[in-house]
Parts: sequence; C-alpha cells; structure tokens
Amino acid sequence: MNASGKRLTLILLMAPLLIWLVALIVIPHMEILYVSLREKVGVREYEFGFANYMVFFNEPLYWNTFMRTAVMSILATALTLLIGFPVSYYIAKLTRGRSKTILFLLCLIPFWVSELVRTYGWMILLRESGLVSGFLQYIGLASEPIEFLYNDAAIMVGLVYTSMLFMVVPLVTTLDSLDDSMIEAAYDLGGGGVSVWREIVIPHAMPGIVSGCIIVFMLSLGNYLTPILLGGKDSLWFTGLIYSQFITRFNWELGAAFGMLLLVLSSTIVWAGLKLSGQTLTRTVGR
Amino acid sequence: MAEAVNDLDCRDISKNFAAFKAVRDVTFSVPPGTFFSILGPSGCGKTTLLRMIAGFLEPTSGDLLIKGRSMLDVPPNKRPVSMVFQHLALFPMMNVGANIGFGLRRRGVAKAEIAKRVEAVLERVGLPGAGPRGVDELSGGQKQRVAIARCMVLEPDVLLLDEPLGALDLKLREHMKIELKQLQWEFNTTFVYITHDQSEALVMSDQIAVMNHGVFEQVGTARDLYYNPETAFVAGFVGESNRFAGKVEEAGGGTLKVRTPSGLPLMGTAAAGSLAVGDAVDVFVRPEAVRLSPTSEGVAGQPNVSSGLVDSVLFNGANSRVLIRDAATGGEIDVALPQTGEFHSLKRDDPIHIGWDTAQTLCFAAAGEGS
Ligand SMILES: Nc1ncnc2c1ncn2[C@@H]1O[C@H](COP(=O)(O)OP(=O)(O)OP(=O)(O)O)[C@@H](O)[C@H]1O
Ligand SMILES: [Mg+2]
Repeated sequence: MNASGKRLTLILLMAPLLIWLVALIVIPHMEILYVSLREKVGVREYEFGFANYMVFFNEPLYWNTFMRTAVMSILATALTLLIGFPVSYYIAKLTRGRSKTILFLLCLIPFWVSELVRTYGWMILLRESGLVSGFLQYIGLASEPIEFLYNDAAIMVGLVYTSMLFMVVPLVTTLDSLDDSMIEAAYDLGGGGVSVWREIVIPHAMPGIVSGCIIVFMLSLGNYLTPILLGGKDSLWFTGLIYSQFITRFNWELGAAFGMLLLVLSSTIVWAGLKLSGQTLTRTVGR
Repeated sequence: MAEAVNDLDCRDISKNFAAFKAVRDVTFSVPPGTFFSILGPSGCGKTTLLRMIAGFLEPTSGDLLIKGRSMLDVPPNKRPVSMVFQHLALFPMMNVGANIGFGLRRRGVAKAEIAKRVEAVLERVGLPGAGPRGVDELSGGQKQRVAIARCMVLEPDVLLLDEPLGALDLKLREHMKIELKQLQWEFNTTFVYITHDQSEALVMSDQIAVMNHGVFEQVGTARDLYYNPETAFVAGFVGESNRFAGKVEEAGGGTLKVRTPSGLPLMGTAAAGSLAVGDAVDVFVRPEAVRLSPTSEGVAGQPNVSSGLVDSVLFNGANSRVLIRDAATGGEIDVALPQTGEFHSLKRDDPIHIGWDTAQTLCFAAAGEGS
C-alpha cells in the first residue's frame, strides 16, 4: 500500500474516535466555556466578561461549598482506599479459584441495581424509623429513635459504598500481577510485615492505587444523588449548586461557570495527586 | 565434636497436604561447604522440602536443624538461610543495588556500610558497578548473579536454590552451571540446589539426593549414583539405561541368570538386596557399557552376547548412539557409538554383534514402584 493509502486508512480508523472526542467532549465544553463568559446585561442581551466567575469568588457560600466538596471527596477517596486495599489484597492474594470469583462478584452485586435504589437502601437503614435506629432501641442502647441521615457521615458512607468497586477492581488487577515469590523473597531476606508492605506491595500496587483514586475522586466530586439523598436538602454539594443554577434558577451562565470551575478543580487535584505520588498519567493508565 | 556440626540436618521430615504425603520421612545431613543437590522428577516434592527448610511451610513431623539449632519455631525472616527463587523474584521497583541492599537495610546496617558491602558482593559475582542499573536492564545470566548476590550479601549458613536455571535457555544454562559451581566454591557456602535436570546435578554437586514420590531413594556422590545405583528408580533416572524386565532363572555365586519375556538370557548382578529364583526383576544396562563388534569373535568371552542389525544411528558427535534390533527377540538395544574410528561408517541394516559384562548388568527386584 502506498503512503497516501495508509494515511487514508489511518484517518478512517481514527474517525469514530475523533468524532466522539470532538462532538461529545470538545464541543460541549467549548459551549459551556462560551456560556460561562457571557454577562447578562438585559433581556436577551449579553456581553463578554468574567462576571459569573466573580459571583463565585464574591459569595462565600459558593466558595465554601466548592471547598467542602473537594475536601469531602478527597476524604471519601482516602477512606475507600483504606477499606478497599485490604479487601483487594485478600481477594487477590489470599483466596484462590472459586472463592476469589465469588468475593469479586460480591463487590459487584450492589451495582446491579441503580444508584437511586442503592442509596435508598441506605436510607431505609439509617433513617429515624429505620433498621439501625430500631435495632438500637430494641437492644436498649437508645431510648428514642435516632436520625442517622442528613449529616456528613451519612454522605461519606454513601460515597464510599458507591465507589468501592471502582477502587477494588484496579487494585485487585495490580495486586494479582504481584508474584507471590516476590513477597516470599522479601520475607526470606529478613523483611517484616511492615517493610514488605512498604517496600514491595505498595510500590507494586501504586499504579492501581493511583488509577483507583482518580476514578473514585472523580465519581465522588461529580456525584449528585448520594449527597442530596443522604445529606438532605442542605447537603451543600457543588454539583447540587450547578443543578440548581441550571434547573431551578435558569441561570445557565452561572451554572456554566460553576461547571468550568469544577473541571479546573478536579484536574488540579488529580494533577497534584499524581505529582505527590510520583506517578505519571501514562504509567498509571498504560498499565 | 565441635567441628562435626552440620550446616543442615533434616530428621524424618514429612509434609502432608490433607491426605496427600508430599514429603515422607526424609533424613539427610549437609556438612559445611557442600554443594548438595536434590534431584527428582516433577512433582516429587522437591520444592515442598526446600520451602520447609526456608520456613515457608511447616513440616507435619520431623525436625530441622541449621548449625545444630532447631529451626521449627524460627520464622523465615529470622532463619540463617536464603533462597534463590525459580524466577529469581528480583524486585522490579528497585535497582540492582537496592535489591542487594534490601536484606542489609532490614538488619539496620549503616548506609555507608551497605553501599560498601553491596559493591563488594557485586564485584565477587562479576558485576562491578552494576548497582545503579535497573533490574530490567540485565540479561538472564546477570539477573541470576544478582539474585545470588542478594542472598550472599547476608552471609547465610545455607543458600537454597529452587531450579534457578530452569528459565534460562540451553546455552546459558550450560554456562551458568559452571559459574554456579565456581560461585559456590568462592563463597564457600553450603548450597542446597534442587533440579530435575540430572546433568546439572551431576556436574555441580558434591552430594546428590535422588528423590521420588516424596522419599529419598539414594544419597551419594555423582559417581555413586551413576555406577552403584541402589534402587531401580535411581538406575533408570540417573543417566541413560537399557531396561529389561525379566525373571530370575538361576541365582548363586553373586551372579544371576535372568530371562526376559521375549526369551533373551541375561547374566547380571543383584545391585541391592538379594534376589531368589523366580523373582521378577528390572535389569539396567548402560549404553556405554555395551561393546560393539562387526564379528562374533570380537565379543566372544563376554557373559552377555547378542547379535542383530543396526536399526538406526543417532549421530550426536561424541554422544552418538546406535539402536540395534536384536535378531533373536526383536527388542531394541541402545548402544553408545565408540569414537575410536572403526564404526564411523556404520549404517542401517549392518549386521553387528554386541556383548557386555555381568557387573554392568544391574538387577533390581521389580516390586514397589510400578514405574
Ligand atoms: N499447597 C499444596 N497443597 C496441596 N498439594 C500440594 C501443595 N503444594 C504442593 N503440593 C503437591 O505436592 C507435590 C510435590 O510438589 P512440589 O512443588 O514439591 O514438587 P516439585 O518436586 O517441586 O516439582 P517441580 O519439579 O514440578 O517443581 C505435588 O504433587 C503437588 O501437587
Ligand atoms: Mg518445584
């Protein structure tokens, strides 16, 4: 095949990808960016300016919600990692054959129902008239119904639960590829439990940890249902703010500005996380 | 008494996996500075035994002593043994120097001292200055040497090696065989080496234990095993042999007369235990113990004689073989081709006479192992 023929093949092969990239990612974001930079000066009258962004920086509520969402998402990511790592290690290294498959499926089962149903399950458990409250009263630890819902802890529980699978899958994959003899060799050379984990297991699992954390962080940051349902109306989640600007207030310009800010925020935090852990995106995603 | 302490003593070591007995009552001692090999077919329990010595498996029964001290309650990271794994298990997240320094860091050796010792051991294995290199940048043979250096820098009493050459290609394996022996000699450390490749064991070892179905069949020098096998399994497993099944027809005066089912009479010696008339036996004759001659006079006087036609010549330089189809029974006999010149033109269907000695015809009772 001659050079131009090859070129044509390449273009044809790349076309679906390019169309997807341009139509579904680039164009919408350009549009949002454009909308966010419009200032409303009258009925159907707009001019270019940064007023929408200024609203964000001048209003402490927006600013605080923004920070709160970021911090809670980071916390949720850390908690998911803390719980997910031992679970993944157990699945990848300490079980074999069928029990491995079964445990893996158990992690998957919650995802067979929609997020709404899943979150509602937690509401049944945690609400004032729910199972946990009832049980505590039954065994005498509480004298009256307790409300577990509508606080930050409930949001956190929901976020971690929703994200667990996305942490466990990459972790199990990387830990699976860690040769058992590597761990044995480390013990054989005099390593103890802590040093084997610090020097062998965690460095090996680093790409899995980073990709798991990125996914979980993005999911938490962009989550809408869980904070609203478990945290109540005043949950103050940034996606909730965006939603209310677009849907309740019809202030698309401000909503678009918030959207852009969320994009910048998540990119910055992911970038900082990669820098801190000494990983690169190519190495993490390339695995 | 003091210098009689062995580096390693295993006393009636057994390991059961549920009902399956992987290692059964194995007893052996390894004196200091010995290259001790455990040779056996796949699945005979070699790795299981080695992992018990390293401490990764707990013996079901028996005792294990290193330098006279029982190791049963000592965890693997506290035992004075190091292990070279089959696939080496070098840590890919560290460079060569960090790999070798790993054990020293665990022992809390000072940084400068670690650097010094790492460089010294790298020099001894012939890789001076390789410390900053990545593990992936090394060739197969170099990785091998780094894996050994990583263990030797800790100055273990015993170095355990689990088929470390298994993953290498043939040529490198031949080379590493000699190099391993040299390294052992240089470090003057006791090596316990397991392999299913008999040529590795024969070339390198001071002592070899032949293992089968979880038991040691025989422990001895390479020469012992080759010339004086004590069991049929050892005779068949170590080196090449022609093997005949038969029944003892006459016994007495140290010589047995055996007849194979196809009618071939054989004069042999009982290699282990005594055999009586009517016993079923396995008879082993080494290819190089058989004398070839174009005429019957050439083999006259040999206790075992036979004649036949050349079935094929398997030319392999110094290790060439001739397959001879026996005229009387139709059975095939494998004979080493003498390199003295007179048989260079031997070809298919040439008539040939063969003969061999009684002492080279080893008979074993054919009970027990069905193999
Ligand atoms: N954890 C285990 N559970 C059950 N059976 C086992 C276990 N480990 C080994 N075995 C069995 O014990 C026997 C001996 O295994 P081992 O690994 O010691 O063989 P080997 O001599 O090292 O063989 P190879 O040369 O193939 O490595 C095998 O039949 C194996 O199936
Ligand atoms: Mg093995």
